[in-house]
Amino acid sequence: MPKYTLNINRTQYLVEAESDTPLLYILRDYLELIGPRFGCGLSQCGSCNVLLNGSASTSCMLPVSSIGDAEIKTLEGLASTSGKLHVVQEAFVKEQAAQCGYCLNGMVMAAVGLLNKNPNPDDAEIRNALQMNLCRCGAHTRIIRAIKTAAKTFKPDQS
Amino acid sequence: MIESPSQSRRKFLKDLGYISIGFSLFSSCLGEEDPIMAARVDYEGGLPGSMRQAKTVNAWLEVLEDGNIRVLSGKVELGQGIGMAIRQVAAEELDMDLDRVEVKLAETGVTPNEGYTGASASIQNSAMSVRYAAATARRELLKLASEKLNTTVDDLWLYNGIVKAKTGNKSLTFAAILEGVQIEKEVTTPIQIKNKKEHRYVGKAVPRMDIEKMVRAEATYIQDLRFPGMVHARVLRPPGYGSKLLHIDENGVKEQVAGLLKMIVDGSFVGVIAQREYQAVKAERYLKDHSEWSASLPFPASEDLYMHIKKIANTPETVRNEGDVDAAAAVGAGTIKACFTKPYIMHGSMGPACGIAMYDGDILHIWSHSQGIYPLRDALSSMLDMDSNKIHIVGVPGAGCYGHSTADDAATDAAILAMEYPEKHVRVQWSRHDEQSWDPYGPAMITEIEASLDEKGRINSWKSDVWTDSHSTRPNKDAGTLLAARYLETPFLMRSRGYLAGGYRNADPYYNIPNLKLNAHYYEGPLRVSSLRSLGSFANIFAVESFMDELAERAGKHPLEFRLAHIDDERAIAVIKKAMELTASQISGEGEGIGHAFMRYKNTDAYTMVAAKVNVDKENGIVRLIKLWAAVDVGEVINLDGIVNQIEGGMIQAASWTLKEQVTFNSNGVTSTDWIKYPILRYTEIPEIEVAIIDRPNEPVCGGGEVPMPPTGAAIANAVYKACGIRVYDLPITAQKIMEASITSQYSK
Repeated sequence: MPKYTLNINRTQYLVEAESDTPLLYILRDYLELIGPRFGCGLSQCGSCNVLLNGSASTSCMLPVSSIGDAEIKTLEGLASTSGKLHVVQEAFVKEQAAQCGYCLNGMVMAAVGLLNKNPNPDDAEIRNALQMNLCRCGAHTRIIRAIKTAAKTFKPDQS
Repeated sequence: MIESPSQSRRKFLKDLGYISIGFSLFSSCLGEEDPIMAARVDYEGGLPGSMRQAKTVNAWLEVLEDGNIRVLSGKVELGQGIGMAIRQVAAEELDMDLDRVEVKLAETGVTPNEGYTGASASIQNSAMSVRYAAATARRELLKLASEKLNTTVDDLWLYNGIVKAKTGNKSLTFAAILEGVQIEKEVTTPIQIKNKKEHRYVGKAVPRMDIEKMVRAEATYIQDLRFPGMVHARVLRPPGYGSKLLHIDENGVKEQVAGLLKMIVDGSFVGVIAQREYQAVKAERYLKDHSEWSASLPFPASEDLYMHIKKIANTPETVRNEGDVDAAAAVGAGTIKACFTKPYIMHGSMGPACGIAMYDGDILHIWSHSQGIYPLRDALSSMLDMDSNKIHIVGVPGAGCYGHSTADDAATDAAILAMEYPEKHVRVQWSRHDEQSWDPYGPAMITEIEASLDEKGRINSWKSDVWTDSHSTRPNKDAGTLLAARYLETPFLMRSRGYLAGGYRNADPYYNIPNLKLNAHYYEGPLRVSSLRSLGSFANIFAVESFMDELAERAGKHPLEFRLAHIDDERAIAVIKKAMELTASQISGEGEGIGHAFMRYKNTDAYTMVAAKVNVDKENGIVRLIKLWAAVDVGEVINLDGIVNQIEGGMIQAASWTLKEQVTFNSNGVTSTDWIKYPILRYTEIPEIEVAIIDRPNEPVCGGGEVPMPPTGAAIANAVYKACGIRVYDLPITAQKIMEASITSQYSK
């Protein structure tokens, strides 16, 4: 079985897996990084979002063989090593921006990806950046508020 | 799951903004300032239904060795925040800091049997049981301490896990008072409960403690559970309802898929177990392409659905009949009629179902996000022909499910496979395709209304006719309620029809009408159905409140004044007036309209009025939702932000149902099998939201989870009418329907 070295949350992981295994399964099943969630396996809902070189991307259809040396960040890797939350995480807690929270990983990662590119997004830019992320509980308005809160203190070097 | 305290107390209390009663909250060390004890009042009302089978204090709470409290509840966390509400109530009555109270939700043999988590009934049952049990525990702890400290109860303080004499320094911790014994006293009225004016937590917007765990990627959901040696399974479901397995390439899958540990075929139930999760996915995919099945049960053409429903419905039952509708309708200017329809709608959980099971040779252990672990145990006991004492089920949170979805079915799959592959934790994960194809949907409904006005423009007669399928086929002793059981070699077919009465919920308006009749026409339709958030109320209030606007127009009255003229319940009037106030300053521009809808849920519970503002594009009929407002009275509020969150989210979900959602099918089966084929509201379509809660601390508590759904649909329909003059009677309200109606109305002019 082929072997892959993956750069995840600033750590190198060696995994042995079939080449077509999607990154999501490598993260959850092989490495027990459970921040990214399985929602559809079809790249339609965003629950499995990770950051690939700083940009939010779904991981459920991305074969492990295609990742190469891209820098992967999962929800687990957002907080600092001392445990201090990323401003986006802090804002989600402050605004109580969740109900069941299953989609929350995708929302947080999409928000971080957005702020990395555009540290001062307006309402329409936030909505467009999250357009591919589904939430069934209807926490959207709180999530938009949380991203606006986070943008006030976001510094680009954070992630 | 046990919620463990994660935020520091100091930070938490700062956020809470609470520091009003006169004792130090930051320490329970002796020698610090003592509290002024909050006043207690005697509660002499009824006890919650959940207490009938769990009458003693220790059924609801335990004192742990460190003096902390563990509350036991038979309800499950589904994202609605019930764990937090229960914790607040217990901490309140026992005057403890919140982080000294943990909540254990749903485990057979451990927590009380509270049936299902549903019907917006968890607060009034579980949280209220905990309130009375905690208050009784307080009284008992004081009594026992007074004996041990040789003083009177009046000479004692009780707070934060200790009981202390007011004079001198004598004190005992809860643990020392009880010496390892739990409080077995039966909870009986009168019960001294805390005066609500002195509440520290209840009624306040206490932040949920689990959201920080979520952002930290800590294991939260059943999908996250990992056990040593756990194996991964998938179930190959038939291509459609009733399909039978004819042939399957068992040898091929073993050759083609690495890591396959076992394949189980029992009749038309096919499961594969693999070392790695993606190997199980690949095995299921291979088998899907390498199996033959008999034809599935035929479905009617989807465009003929409502005709089909009327054709197959039973003779109607009259469920309410007051005055003489027929005689009243014959007087005056005649009746007006309208027919409203609602398609099948799916639960659409973000997290497809998951179940884990392990058979240790004696006990079958199951982890499930089921909404009713005890009824699920009954069903599994019947299916497996196993003593229910040999089945142990642990409730674990799942993604929001909004009713009876597929959780029990995934647990059943795991149970069947674990019995065939013992000693290992077998984890079954459903696919998005199966989640949306085999969901027990909220049933399609028809609500017809015929009413007449008297000479003063008041409603004189009203007749509702509702066509409905069952609104609950939840697990019970009937093993046929479990999907997999129907496909076994010896299949179990569902014997009962489940809960039919949910279909006519709120079809009889909560208005003063002298002649009123309600008929229910039950049908057994083509698609699998069960309970979806608010049951029949969503379709019925869409009809009733759309029709109220039509009647108001006929009577030449303002729609809200018209409603107020038919109601004398002060709490109903208060939410209507509050909603009027919220929207009073709104101006509707060109193509815009504001609509309202009122409901008292089940005609006995929470009150709500929703207002919607929309824009309808005359060129293409596209509806843009601008803003939603809600004025809500759920009686006594437990967690203010919790109820606001539920109402906000519910309005968004209901707006999605109203504007976008419809389960589609052709003659072979369901076709809305993913998020492209079953679109829901996305970010660019999300309206602004404003919620006003009318707190009534002296009224009984009502749940709020289902309350926003029904009036949201009708408020949007009324707003669309105001915006463009087109009334849509058939959900969802789409641009196409508006354009078609617009063309028709132009022809008729």
